[in-house]
Amino acid sequence: MTAQTGLGAVAVLLLGIAAYVSLFASPPDAFQGEYVRIMYAHVPNAWVAYLAFAITFAASVLYLWKRRPAYDHLAHSATELGVLFTGLALLTGSIWGRPVWGTWWTWDARLVTTAMLFLIYTTALLVRGLSDDPLRGARLAAVIGIVGFLDVPIIHYSVVWFRTLHQPASIAPGSLKIAPPMLLALMLSLLAFTVLFMYLLRLRTSLARLEAGGEMR
Amino acid sequence: MKRIRLVLAAVIVAGALIYLIVGGIRGAIVYYTTPSELLAQGPSAIGRTMRLGGQVMPGSRRWNAGTLDLRFTLGDGNATVPVIHHGAPPDLFTEGQGAVVEGTLGADGIFTARSIIVKHSEEYRPPPSP
Repeated sequence: MTAQTGLGAVAVLLLGIAAYVSLFASPPDAFQGEYVRIMYAHVPNAWVAYLAFAITFAASVLYLWKRRPAYDHLAHSATELGVLFTGLALLTGSIWGRPVWGTWWTWDARLVTTAMLFLIYTTALLVRGLSDDPLRGARLAAVIGIVGFLDVPIIHYSVVWFRTLHQPASIAPGSLKIAPPMLLALMLSLLAFTVLFMYLLRLRTSLARLEAGGEMR
Repeated sequence: MKRIRLVLAAVIVAGALIYLIVGGIRGAIVYYTTPSELLAQGPSAIGRTMRLGGQVMPGSRRWNAGTLDLRFTLGDGNATVPVIHHGAPPDLFTEGQGAVVEGTLGADGIFTARSIIVKHSEEYRPPPSP
């Protein structure tokens, strides 16, 4: 069994445990009832999207600096996964918003800045794909990958800086506004999604290397 | 080396731009107006479409199932605004919780809402055991 297969197996196992705890072993919410369980899918998707774009940012800086293709493969892979998980965060947020807020979408600062994030990194993928010269495409994607990351802190603090519909963070330094059994479900889900992301990122990065004519590792 | 400086300069310029945009819209990105702010605007607020947000005042909710008219009061601790809405509210609309309504203030001081959105806090806890 390769390390990659092992990582995949751990991801599946953790996702199973997280799903069980989220759906059955954790209590409903006093206000939202069972709808609160959507949070255990929504928050990890958003977290993984942040993580993916942080990796895109770091790999893009390293690529522009060192010009090693490996950094570009990593940046490209992390961008694709980041766009996927941002999309899932928007989708699960919409599904959660309909029953709880009473709307699928509204022009709230948190929602708009997250949609912007999706568009910024979709643009990075487009620019890469549309460029005739792959090296030029990689450079442009790296620049967007670096500048676009500025949106992540804006999203995170949007609920603090602006008057929004979206509630602020429940877990912040010195302030924990989530009951322990629900926190456990959330933490398990965050861990499971993070391991799943690591598995997918490794897989996608090795695929990018092979596509570029590199060796199987 | 020249290229790195160029990229660095581009990042700094873009960063400054985003900082300016955020700084500029900081006061403008306000999802809803509070009852105090609405009343402070005086007659100029009448007839303008806006979002009004506050707490659904306990004991203020009146629901007429025959005409589908829903009446309640939104408050922020300092001021209250009576609201009327035609149609059923979202499932989780309750007294004592936050709500954001979209509509217009009438000359009679009553806010006519076209839509109601429920605002909840970041607190999650199990229901009290019976």
